[in-house]
Amino acid sequence: MAKRSAPEVNAGSMADIAFLLLIFFLVTTTIETDKGLNSKLPPIEEEPQDPPPVKQKNIFLVLINGGNELFVEDDKMELTELRESAIEFLDNGGGSGSEACEYCQGQGDPESSDNPVKAIISLQNDRETDYSMYIAVRNELTAAYNFLRDREAQRLFGTSFRKMEEDFNSPEYDGNKAQLEENIKVIREMFPMKLSEAEPKKRN
Amino acid sequence: MSKFKKKKSGELPAISTASLPDIVFMLLFFFMVATVMRDTTLMIENELPYADQVEKLQKKDLIMYIYAGKPSDRYKSQYGTESRIQLNDKFANIKDIQQFIIEERESKREELQSELTTALKIDKETNMGLVSDIKYELRRAEAYRVNYTTKTGEASQNLQ
Repeated sequence: MAKRSAPEVNAGSMADIAFLLLIFFLVTTTIETDKGLNSKLPPIEEEPQDPPPVKQKNIFLVLINGGNELFVEDDKMELTELRESAIEFLDNGGGSGSEACEYCQGQGDPESSDNPVKAIISLQNDRETDYSMYIAVRNELTAAYNFLRDREAQRLFGTSFRKMEEDFNSPEYDGNKAQLEENIKVIREMFPMKLSEAEPKKRN
Repeated sequence: MSKFKKKKSGELPAISTASLPDIVFMLLFFFMVATVMRDTTLMIENELPYADQVEKLQKKDLIMYIYAGKPSDRYKSQYGTESRIQLNDKFANIKDIQQFIIEERESKREELQSELTTALKIDKETNMGLVSDIKYELRRAEAYRVNYTTKTGEASQNLQ
C-alpha cells in the first residue's frame, strides 16, 4: 500500500497573522529615549547665609534672556562660540602661588579664572526663555567640562573620561573598578563641575 | 495537436509571496526587541530638545518621570494651550510634584531610595518659568538627582 502523506498545512495566512502582530507592537510600544544631561540640584538653604566671597574674575556669567539671546559676561555671543569661550575660561589658570594650576594649558590671563577648582559658571535665565535654548547652552557648558576632563584623563590614564565613566557603569567591565572609581574622582577634582543656577528673574 | 499548444504570451508570472511571512516576522522581531511598552499615555506634546553630551540613564526602575508641555490637540479645548505638567496618566499642578515624589520614594526599597533619579521629559517649547518651578519643587522634595532627557543630536538643532 502506498504510504499516505500527511496533508500540507496551508501557510497562506501566515503573513496576515504576522502583520497583525506587527501592527499590534507598532501601536502599543515606543522607542524609549533614555539619554540626557545629568545634573544635581542644590539643596534649599533654610536660612540664606552670606555666600563665601568669590572673586569676580572666577565667575563666568552666562545669561539667556527672554528672547533666547545669549550673553556671556554682558556681551552678546553666538551659541557656537560658547564652548570655546567656556574652555578658555576654565583652563585659564591665571593664579599664582597656592592658587596656581599645574595642569592648565590656557593663557594664564590674570583677568580670567585663577584655577579650574575655583572657577564657577553661573547660568541665569529668564522665565520666558525657551527650554530648548536652555538645554543647548547647558549642553555646550557640559561639553566644555567634558573636553577638559577628557584631555586630563588622556594625559594621566591614557583613556577618555567618558570611556572611564562608561566602563564604571557597565556591568561587563572586568577591570579594577575600585581603581577606576579612584581615577574618575581624580579627574573630577581637577575640573569640578561648578554650574550655579540662579532663580530665573521675574519679568518686569 | 496538443504538442503545439499555444504559448501563453504576455502574461507575467505571479510573484511568489512565500517569503512574505519571513519578512514580516523579521520586522516584527525588530520592533519587539527595539521598543518598550508604553506605560503612560501622553496627554501633552512631547518633542524633546537635542543635546550631544548625553549620558545614559542607569537602572530603569529607579527613575521617576515628570512630563511637561503643551496639551495635545484633543485636550486643547479643555485645558487650553498653556504648558502643563503631567504625572503618571493625568495633568497635575506644581503643588502635586512633592506628593508624587514622596509616593514614588515610598514604593521603592529603602536602600535604593537615595539613588532615585528624576527624568524631566519636557517639550522644547516650554518656558523656563515652568521648568524652574518644577526644579524648585524637586529641591523641596529633596530629589536632587535630575536628568534632562533629550534626543541625541547637535545642540544647534534646537535653535531652528
